[in-house]
Amino acid sequence: MNTLLLYLGPVILLLIVLGFVTYAILAERKVIGWIQGRIGPNQVGPWGLLQTVADIVKLLIKEDTIPKNADKTLFKLSPIIAFVPAFVVLAVMPFSSQIQFTDIGVGLLYYMAISSITTIGILIGGWASNNKYALLGGMRSAAQMISYEIPLVMSVVGIVLTVGSLNLNDIVEAQQKTWFIFPQIIGFVVFIISSVSELNRTPFDLPEAESELVAGYHVEYSGFRFAFFMLAEYVYIFAMSSLTTVLFLGGWNAPFGFTFLPGIVWFIIKFSVVVFFLYWVRATMPRIRVDQLMQFAWKVLLPVALANIILTTLLKEVPFLTHYY
Amino acid sequence: MIRTEEMLLNVGPQHPSTHGVLRLLVKVDGERIVETEPVIGYLHRGTEKLAEDLTYTQIIPYTDRMDYLSAMTNNYAVVHATEKLMGLEIPERAEFLRVIVMELNRVASHLVWMGTYLLDIGAMSPFLYAFRDREQILDLFNELCGARLTYNYMRVGGVKWDAPKDWIGKVDHFVSYMQKQMKEYHQLVTGNEIFIQRTKGIGVYDQETAINFALSGANLRVTGLNWDLRKDAPYSIYEQFTFDVPVGEVGDLYQKYLCRMKEIDESLKIVAQAVANFPSEGKIMGKVPRVLRVPEGEVYVGIESPRGELGCHIVSKGKDKPWRIKFRRPSFYNLQILPTLLKDENLSNLVAILGGIDIVLGEVDG
Repeated sequence: MNTLLLYLGPVILLLIVLGFVTYAILAERKVIGWIQGRIGPNQVGPWGLLQTVADIVKLLIKEDTIPKNADKTLFKLSPIIAFVPAFVVLAVMPFSSQIQFTDIGVGLLYYMAISSITTIGILIGGWASNNKYALLGGMRSAAQMISYEIPLVMSVVGIVLTVGSLNLNDIVEAQQKTWFIFPQIIGFVVFIISSVSELNRTPFDLPEAESELVAGYHVEYSGFRFAFFMLAEYVYIFAMSSLTTVLFLGGWNAPFGFTFLPGIVWFIIKFSVVVFFLYWVRATMPRIRVDQLMQFAWKVLLPVALANIILTTLLKEVPFLTHYY
Repeated sequence: MIRTEEMLLNVGPQHPSTHGVLRLLVKVDGERIVETEPVIGYLHRGTEKLAEDLTYTQIIPYTDRMDYLSAMTNNYAVVHATEKLMGLEIPERAEFLRVIVMELNRVASHLVWMGTYLLDIGAMSPFLYAFRDREQILDLFNELCGARLTYNYMRVGGVKWDAPKDWIGKVDHFVSYMQKQMKEYHQLVTGNEIFIQRTKGIGVYDQETAINFALSGANLRVTGLNWDLRKDAPYSIYEQFTFDVPVGEVGDLYQKYLCRMKEIDESLKIVAQAVANFPSEGKIMGKVPRVLRVPEGEVYVGIESPRGELGCHIVSKGKDKPWRIKFRRPSFYNLQILPTLLKDENLSNLVAILGGIDIVLGEVDG
């Protein structure tokens, strides 16, 4: 029975994630549509519910084109490299006190390490396409994702110091009384900005800046290879929103002792709030410029994140604050 | 041995941010622009040559298709030049209608600019808000002349259609609605830190450069020169209205944005005054012969289109068709400064600077 679950579990998670992606795209289009005074997709299926399905089917039955001068091996490999880590990071995510696939000691580090592999996929994709726009997009992407990984990691060090563990379960357990968003508010702000950047979303969507680079690194991709890039992007939204929930919003813990709802429901609610926030930002912000992006990461976010670490270590020593730190 | 190489990047003619079919040959060193060469002519239809075989009334619909975002001002340029050469008297009601539609068209045109400009620099929502409000202007025009973009509304001697019942009331309603909406735009865009970062101090040029490149419109006024043909060479009945000419100081993109936003405010002011003083009675066409034979002579008129000085130069040999007609198309003149502005800029500033010039390719290519 347990062995069966061990093999079936990941398949179920995969299906859940795919289901999420399908409806996250629809939800994004609907939410942004409402913000912009439009209706959003409403033609395919009732209330547009089959819109994404139709889109995916369209992508899958498209002709598989590879540019003549592209590096064929790398061109085919790149969507896979970009996509696989997106799924793999979900293994350590504690969705509730029961639902988690692997409870490893360095879960947080694992997430950060694996998620950075995607950058390589994007860079390879930009290079292998043999297209100038794609190359510029890939280069930008590499520079951006590497720069923002550092403040992203640094911003959560405060939590690690407080909990004394990199295990995501321990981190959630430690938030039973206070969510880390309150004592670690500086870390949270840095984290959320860096994570939007890691997700390549507005205002940090430079790698695929439509109005400048047409589509950036995936300009030459079409059909299911393109679908894989998009899938990776949305799975990362899933993963990053989950991570935000786990690190700062108390994971499956119920707020105010409202334990009548099971932990997984609370997780989904908090998770949805984060996802909505990402959509909201996208509908509101213009795109930041590439050189300003770098300056912002190195001159603002990183020092702030470092200051947060020092602050946390200092506050840890204050007697009446031990409850929080 | 590591070496770097300049890369030739072909931007357009199919590119989302060139506002039509402009092609830019950009030499880039990394993301730094070394040289830019605009290639135009993909939308050239030879309006000026075609006009030599058309009667004066037949030219008007062709002008609709030059600057298709403000067809009313284009209509007016050719109509006004012809009237000046013929020395025609225009009924007051027609002049009022002309001013109302021209200023509304300026508002619509600036709204499109604002929306697409923010789209260029990555903000999606203002575009849709701008188009929602522009839609109301198009509906008003639709009611007035049956077209939403290519109006063909003005005639030599007046206008084609009188305002329908309640139309003036609707315009009045729109003005107060739009004045309220402007606050929303300022709240959403003007104070946005990223927007300021992207535009402040970018694409700067001084007054002398602007004059040397024959810039006009907001592109010139942003450098601090108060030059608006509605004030400095008044035509139609603009002398009757009180309005300000917004000018900038440093000539960067942010001030260009502010200038154009203030121009919307001023245009709304003019429309409000025109609506308040709108003559309740009167003809919409002056006494015009059935076949327009323009006396021999030459005339140049310049009017303030949303993009700058829109000139129309007619040489007549006394026939019913012009011997030669020439349009001074402001987008074409304004575009010439682009290679200078783009030198040594970052590639991401390309669309911001190009968008700031506010070109309409139909007008650039003629």
